[in-house]
Amino acid sequence: MTAPPGADPETTAADRHAAGLDGARRLLATVGFYTFCSLVLAFFTVPLLWLASAPFDDTPSVTASLPSFTLANFETLLDNRYAMRSLGNSAVLAAGTGVLVVVCAALAAYALSRVRLPGRDALLYALLLLSSIVTGTAAMVPLFNLAFELDLIDSQLGVILVLSGGLLPSAVFILKDFMDGTPRSYEESAQVFGASPLQVMRHVVVPLVRPGLATIAVWSVAQVWGNFLIPFLLLRSPEKSPAAVVMYTFYTEGGQPDLALISTFSLLYSVPVVLMFLLVSSRYGFRFHGGIKR
Amino acid sequence: MADLTLAALTKVYPGGVRALDSVELTVADGEFFALLGPSGCGKTTLLRTLAGLETATSGAVLLGGTDVTAVPPGRRDVAMVFQDYALFPHMTVTDNIAYPLRIRKVPGRERRERAADTAAELGLGDHLGRRPDQLSGGQQQRVALARAMACHPRAFLFDEPLSNLDARMRLEARTFLKRLQRELGVTTVFVTHDQAEALALADRIAVMEQGRIRQLGTPAEVFRRPANTFVASFIGSTPMNLLPGTAEGGAVRVADTALPTPEGLALAEGEKLTYGIRPEYLTFHQEPVAGALAGEVRVVENLGSSQLVTLEGPAGEVRVVVDEDTALAPGTAGHALPRADRALVYRDGELLGPPGYETPATGTRTP
Amino acid sequence: MATSPPEPGGPPAGAAPRERDAAGLGRLGATAFVVPALLLIAAFLVFPALWTIYLGATDYRLTGLAAVDPQFVGAENVERALDDDGFTNSLGLTLQFVLGSAVIGQAGLGFAIAWVLRDRRGFGRRLIEAMVLLAWILPSSVIAFLWIALLDRDDGTLNALLSTPGTAWLLEHPMLSLIVFNIWRGTAFSMMLYAAALGNVPPSQLETARLAGASSWQQLRDVVFPRIRGHVLTNLLLISLWTFNDFTPFLLTGGGPEDRTEIMPVFIYETALFGGELGFGAAISVLMLLINLVIAVVYARLLRRRKDVDR
Repeated sequence: MTAPPGADPETTAADRHAAGLDGARRLLATVGFYTFCSLVLAFFTVPLLWLASAPFDDTPSVTASLPSFTLANFETLLDNRYAMRSLGNSAVLAAGTGVLVVVCAALAAYALSRVRLPGRDALLYALLLLSSIVTGTAAMVPLFNLAFELDLIDSQLGVILVLSGGLLPSAVFILKDFMDGTPRSYEESAQVFGASPLQVMRHVVVPLVRPGLATIAVWSVAQVWGNFLIPFLLLRSPEKSPAAVVMYTFYTEGGQPDLALISTFSLLYSVPVVLMFLLVSSRYGFRFHGGIKR
Repeated sequence: MADLTLAALTKVYPGGVRALDSVELTVADGEFFALLGPSGCGKTTLLRTLAGLETATSGAVLLGGTDVTAVPPGRRDVAMVFQDYALFPHMTVTDNIAYPLRIRKVPGRERRERAADTAAELGLGDHLGRRPDQLSGGQQQRVALARAMACHPRAFLFDEPLSNLDARMRLEARTFLKRLQRELGVTTVFVTHDQAEALALADRIAVMEQGRIRQLGTPAEVFRRPANTFVASFIGSTPMNLLPGTAEGGAVRVADTALPTPEGLALAEGEKLTYGIRPEYLTFHQEPVAGALAGEVRVVENLGSSQLVTLEGPAGEVRVVVDEDTALAPGTAGHALPRADRALVYRDGELLGPPGYETPATGTRTP
Repeated sequence: MATSPPEPGGPPAGAAPRERDAAGLGRLGATAFVVPALLLIAAFLVFPALWTIYLGATDYRLTGLAAVDPQFVGAENVERALDDDGFTNSLGLTLQFVLGSAVIGQAGLGFAIAWVLRDRRGFGRRLIEAMVLLAWILPSSVIAFLWIALLDRDDGTLNALLSTPGTAWLLEHPMLSLIVFNIWRGTAFSMMLYAAALGNVPPSQLETARLAGASSWQQLRDVVFPRIRGHVLTNLLLISLWTFNDFTPFLLTGGGPEDRTEIMPVFIYETALFGGELGFGAAISVLMLLINLVIAVVYARLLRRRKDVDR
């Protein structure tokens, strides 16, 4: 924990003056600060405890408790045909959507950032609103119909396309912000030296906005990795279902939830997003961009 | 290497802003040419139009006698150094300098050698493997210059080449830049808002305002005989005194003082004129002198080897440069006497010349 | 990029004013760059949205006669929905859910955390932020089960902690549970956004206020809030819309007990895909789109007013 306000070496003269006047209030503020932080920490940690304990417990229950340590649950998991396969499916869906979204969004965001196409801003804003509105739930019925007509029911490609369509507006919006933030003189300079638009893109723009591209890639992968509704809606066969859907079947089938399986699977299913998140935040810093600038 | 000609060049932005208004200009082969003006005067637009980054609304750009108005920037064979240098942050010094050669498909080995040679010429030999953010401002500027030199262009275009450097570096870089241009002998056009920079570097200067060239001439011409009050107030590290007056018996009466004028001016008795005199060309006297502007010393600014004194009198505020040895105190009386041969008289904002004197606006290049 | 024949000395004939861009793309190139994304968006976002509107005006069903030959029924579905107790119940619940968990809960807690930690550095801050973020990035299926385990009647951790054995939170206080759950789930976004926004408040302005003797609350009111008002509105808009359309509560309660947590997305799912009334479901979707649109327009208005004030 960081130092209490009074011990802060950078306190200004005004601070010291005020603190000297009102020591009791300062004490109260310090107590309040730590109480608040502890409560917040407890609120956000308690639900997660189970995920840390149950997978290693030989008799997992829904209570979070110190486990009698075992790795047997992981063996059970490895024996489950659908479990491991579903993680693979999730990876396929996430990677497919990620690549599609990053490539399409990068091209579109670049063009929109650098060329004033008529109606550009209105279009972007409308699409952004539409994407937060039609996130699958409201358009569930036609999405199902559309997939049916295009013969994309029970097809992973169908899920990828539908998810990409939903993620793209936000991705374009965020990336455009990144591109707007890079000085044009880099590209103009390359252009004066004779680089073609694609060369400018490859040599200059992509390396410059790499953090933005990484953010978008991670963001779309995380969105797909956790998405339940679209694959639930569009995929029929369990062999093609991603982890989000398969996990749901673990505790509805057979009435009694298989806690050993669920807890272990949850952990395994969570690890990739957490790792990815840690990687990106350590490499690029988790900064906020786009859409929220104003 | 080539000369540059702009014919009736006009640029109107979609919003209707007229950034360039039929600009006519010829830059000779090997000349070091400055575009000078306040921000928003169109000088940068002019430079970018030369580079091909902006398309002229009408008019033509000629490079070495051929029309390049419609030629895309990459094929004009000019190099541009941007105000922020635009060094690619993800490339090393070598890769940055070699970039134009990479576009021209020069083999990797050769272009690295050539980049290293150019870098060595500019004293960057020890920094080849560094990235731009590991270099000082002056080094970054030289990398940008090296990159521009690497492809041996027919002309250099510099956008505010010194503005990103701190004051001390700027002076050093200025000398360096002038020497480099002399040695290379490449036609160079640069944009600046700093009149001292333009005077120091350029062979000729075009002073611009609102998309038009207000005066074209050598630094000496522009400094000594500003063609109009705009140029007069823009050039000079201390702005020129511009005093409203009336013609009276061959002199100009400002407030209650008749000020001497250069010989040979035809002044109509009683007409409204502006009397221009630089603070450097006024001599300061503590005792009253005939033909001097009287006033009270209000502000004394120490300029090191001299002092800038603001007098307030019947003629309004008058600035005088006084030598460092004169002791001055605010509140005392002072008298500023103009040097007749350096005084300038403007009618309706335009400089009046002696009969037969070619107006400075059409001034030609002096070698 | 059109080129005109060079005509030395004169303006090139027929050279229309062209805007050149930093990339040298030109309108054509730019359009080519934009098209792939637009196609995907049009096919899988705009088109389904329009289709929803059309379907909402038919008696389309999943099975039976109306599945083969849906009839146009106009606004009948919408009228039926507005009269339907299930719909009004669902709308009320959704508003509770959005107001309680997003507007008050996530935005309030997110801002509080960001404000309290604003000039802290080091392990404590990183730990709190990491835990808050973890709740946000874990897959919703995992999260849902974590909370089912937490709130379990017999062995739930919460009952053990609060010494309230036998309390079936999801049955006795279903909406409250969902609201707390969603606050837990989504606070990270608001926290990060406000942390970024607070970072943009110039320290000199805060210091000026402090030198003038302003209390924390006065600093907040006079310096911070006016500056981050745009961020607040954008944040509220996004989290409102996200929460409005969130399907995750279905994983916790499945809409039960007795429709007491049947928020709109769940209601549509139950009606359209479970009950098979696709047309009616679509009509409810249209109503939901309209409500979303109203939310969006209200926030957009407020945002624009702010910009006008700025100018």
